[in-house]
Amino acid sequence: MAKSDFKKFIIYSLFLGILILPMVGFPGRTFEAVRAFTIWGGIVGILALWLLNKTVRRSGVYQRTATTFSPLKNTVLEKFYKLPTKYAILALLIAVAIYPLLANNYMIDVGITCLIYIVLGLGLNIVVGLAGLLDLGYIAFYAVGAYSYSLLNLHFGISFWLSLPIGIIIGAIFGCIIGYPTLRMRGDYLAIVTMGFGEIIRLVLNNWDKLTKGPNGLLGMSKPTVIYPAFTESGLEWVVYSLRSLHALYYLMFIIAVLTVIGVRRLDNSRIGRAWVAIREDEVAAELSGVPTTWLKLLAYAMGAAFASVVGAFFAAKLSYTNPNFFIFMESCIVLCIVVLGGVGSIPGVILAGIVLIAVPEVFREFQDYRMLAFGLAMAAMMVLRPEGLIPATRRKRELHETDESSPED
Amino acid sequence: MKQMNLLPRIEKMTVKEPILVLKDVHTYYGNIHALKGISCDIPAGDIVCLIGANGAGKSTTLLTIFGVQRATQGEIRFKGHPIHRLRPEQVAAKGISQTPEGRQIFPRMTTLENLEMGAYLRNDKAEVAKDMEWVFGLFPVLKDRTRQLGGTLSGGEQQMLAIGRALMSRPELLLLDEPSLGLAPKLVEKIFETILEINKMGVTIFLVEQNAHMALSISNRGFVMETGRIVLTDRAARLLENEKVKKAYLGE
Amino acid sequence: MDNASFIIQQLINAIFLGSIFSLIALGYTMVYGIIELINFAHGELFTAGAFIGIIVLAALQQIGFVETHFVLTLIFVFGMSMAYVAFLGVAIEHVAYKPLRKASRLAAILSALGMSIFLSNGMMLSQGVSDRAYPAIFGLKGFSILDARITYGQVFIIVLSLLLMVTLNMFVNWSKLGKAMRATAQNQTMARMLGIDIDRTIRVTFMIGPALGAAAGVMVGMYYGSVRFDMGFIYMIKAFAAAILGGIGSIPGAVLGGMIIGGVEVLWSAFLPSEWKDVTTFVVLILVLYLRPSGILGEHVSETRV
Repeated sequence: MAKSDFKKFIIYSLFLGILILPMVGFPGRTFEAVRAFTIWGGIVGILALWLLNKTVRRSGVYQRTATTFSPLKNTVLEKFYKLPTKYAILALLIAVAIYPLLANNYMIDVGITCLIYIVLGLGLNIVVGLAGLLDLGYIAFYAVGAYSYSLLNLHFGISFWLSLPIGIIIGAIFGCIIGYPTLRMRGDYLAIVTMGFGEIIRLVLNNWDKLTKGPNGLLGMSKPTVIYPAFTESGLEWVVYSLRSLHALYYLMFIIAVLTVIGVRRLDNSRIGRAWVAIREDEVAAELSGVPTTWLKLLAYAMGAAFASVVGAFFAAKLSYTNPNFFIFMESCIVLCIVVLGGVGSIPGVILAGIVLIAVPEVFREFQDYRMLAFGLAMAAMMVLRPEGLIPATRRKRELHETDESSPED
Repeated sequence: MKQMNLLPRIEKMTVKEPILVLKDVHTYYGNIHALKGISCDIPAGDIVCLIGANGAGKSTTLLTIFGVQRATQGEIRFKGHPIHRLRPEQVAAKGISQTPEGRQIFPRMTTLENLEMGAYLRNDKAEVAKDMEWVFGLFPVLKDRTRQLGGTLSGGEQQMLAIGRALMSRPELLLLDEPSLGLAPKLVEKIFETILEINKMGVTIFLVEQNAHMALSISNRGFVMETGRIVLTDRAARLLENEKVKKAYLGE
Repeated sequence: MDNASFIIQQLINAIFLGSIFSLIALGYTMVYGIIELINFAHGELFTAGAFIGIIVLAALQQIGFVETHFVLTLIFVFGMSMAYVAFLGVAIEHVAYKPLRKASRLAAILSALGMSIFLSNGMMLSQGVSDRAYPAIFGLKGFSILDARITYGQVFIIVLSLLLMVTLNMFVNWSKLGKAMRATAQNQTMARMLGIDIDRTIRVTFMIGPALGAAAGVMVGMYYGSVRFDMGFIYMIKAFAAAILGGIGSIPGAVLGGMIIGGVEVLWSAFLPSEWKDVTTFVVLILVLYLRPSGILGEHVSETRV
């Protein structure tokens, strides 16, 4: 094997040893050799596999097998791409629709959570993916939606459906408030400011006892209700059906999700969507071409916030409870993680990432503790290895790989 | 002014052997084909200039030599050794210096510190001090400004500092990118006089210039560049007389 | 407490807190200055320092080293903690930041964020979710100026911080490597053309910056008596505010910013309800970024770069 690869392996292993052994080995006062060395050993094992992989690749075995199998691979891929997307989408919809009939309550709940995060991801996708505004405080809009519904319902008895448009407007307003100071900021600063806003909102919700009951949260909101006409003994009547069961809530969320996907797709293909992409690619050029950047950026925040508000209201209604701790910074990171892993700007990517990041950990519940650890690593690894995400949006792939070097004035 | 002998580093070569050779060099900026097969020889000890219009690829050529831009095709050899695959810091170690476009002074470092950075790769403190005195001899203005921050110097002073800094590494080959840019004519004259002096010390000079007249008047050889290609190569004196050159670049 | 003592007490507290913030802010500013990236993982480096400090201290305490060789203990604790975090900093840079040097800012920020999440969870898993107690080695002994009280622990921390900052300043301004770091921060391409190995320079920055953060972590742990895997977050925000306020990229700026934020926090705690303290920090941060992103001592920050 190549000497330099082996050297790298040794150096990396030693480095990792220095870093891992003290931290893992001393959870208390004594050195837990077994635990520490096992973990270190495990990672060295992974590195060894990497070394093996690299050696094999260098010897050309992969290339040879690839050439043998490539005709087969090509024919399979051809057939796969020929399938019209419509069938895939239809299949997906049917699968999602019949899911609750096959799963137990716990899994349905996971499904609902999955859908919630997917909608959040799609909403954030508008801000980050289309308009290119790095928002680290997105969860604040989710909180605004949840608390808007809670307060409107608890204090004024406003029903879920009526409070949705109100919530959307409030969310959009917050979006503009948060967006306004950031209009002229660059990437890093934008990230910090949005993160700051996210935290401010959470802290205000936590400390403003009079309004929000602080860390105790708000309790007792009514579920969404559906009214339909039915024949009873007294003739034709309007029956009020409260969506309490998980099945009902699941289907409500499903509808919200579908509407969101449709909405985002339309935005993506609209003039507004293209204007956002223009801003993302080169703001100065866009402005010089007459694109009203200020207004469009605020619109991006507002629309993202609107989607989050809707889900927020749903979330509050489903639990009949809300609490500031649901809206910590880590949640913003998770949503961002979904967007990034899926492929910034890519709708199918976000859906896939949502399923992978939310549903999969539920399946492997014993490893729950390692979920965020894996998230963080995955996010960094994705950026280094495959910044365009799992299912790249065709526009994005070009942007995230090496930026073009600018030419000097000759 | 002190005479500094820079020749010790150059082995005895036959006069006019090329110190730098470019062979069919291509460079791309993304999809833009900036250099389309540049080939040229630069004899040791000469002053060679590269003239051409804006956007012709002159700066790109210098940046490619230094490895700041990668040559996708072709060869660059310095004293016979290939350097086209080297990173900029490695090229610097070979004995080439550059004053890039825009001077690129470190704005928040003093004049003295900028010069020190020029000698970064050297370990011979006594000699470095001597060279610094020599640079101050060439550009007395800098001596008055040793503790002043680079960013506060005037354009002309920055140009002098940039050249001084490039000399601190005792280069055998000095690449100059548009030294006259933005400077008053008197200053330009002074700078070009100094370039001649430096060349007399044994430093080969490769000069990129918009001011074709000045450039050609101090050079031995000249190359004319147009949209990524060298279209004309000749002795500088002859280029000054060349009708096409006169019309396009000498404003006659 | 009479007015003079009150003022002196607040001053002591402000300098104390400010020193700590300054050390952390220096880490930010140095990294940002050289690769224009906000090291979101810096808070975790600070926390890691605190944890290693506690581990070393606990180990030394077990063998009874602390009582007999107090000064040596301190050197060990700080030294090993800073060394460990220097390693960690280099590792992070190599794995998560170096490959993205030419990539978009979005990618770099997300990678940094990912690292931050990874590290904080890593520490949570290895060191536990709850607080870990720092052995008290300084106690409450101290002395008084008028009616104001300052403990020996505080004195030590302030002196050590000062020492570290002065050393850093000397290194950056007078050593060859330090000057190379400054040059790289000001014009990376030109630095390369002068032969400066920027990989090495950046690596050194990622050793020094995080090491300072580690020292701050040990100080905080020692003073407040406990460490938690997520204590980095709020310190990160405050130190970041300090770095921005003083002018990101400027070393004196980080110190200035740190002192100002320390002062503001102390004054706030003295006069105003403390639940809103953190909100204020965020508001200050946003205001600074909005009104004067270049900070007090920073150079003009271009708005057009993405």
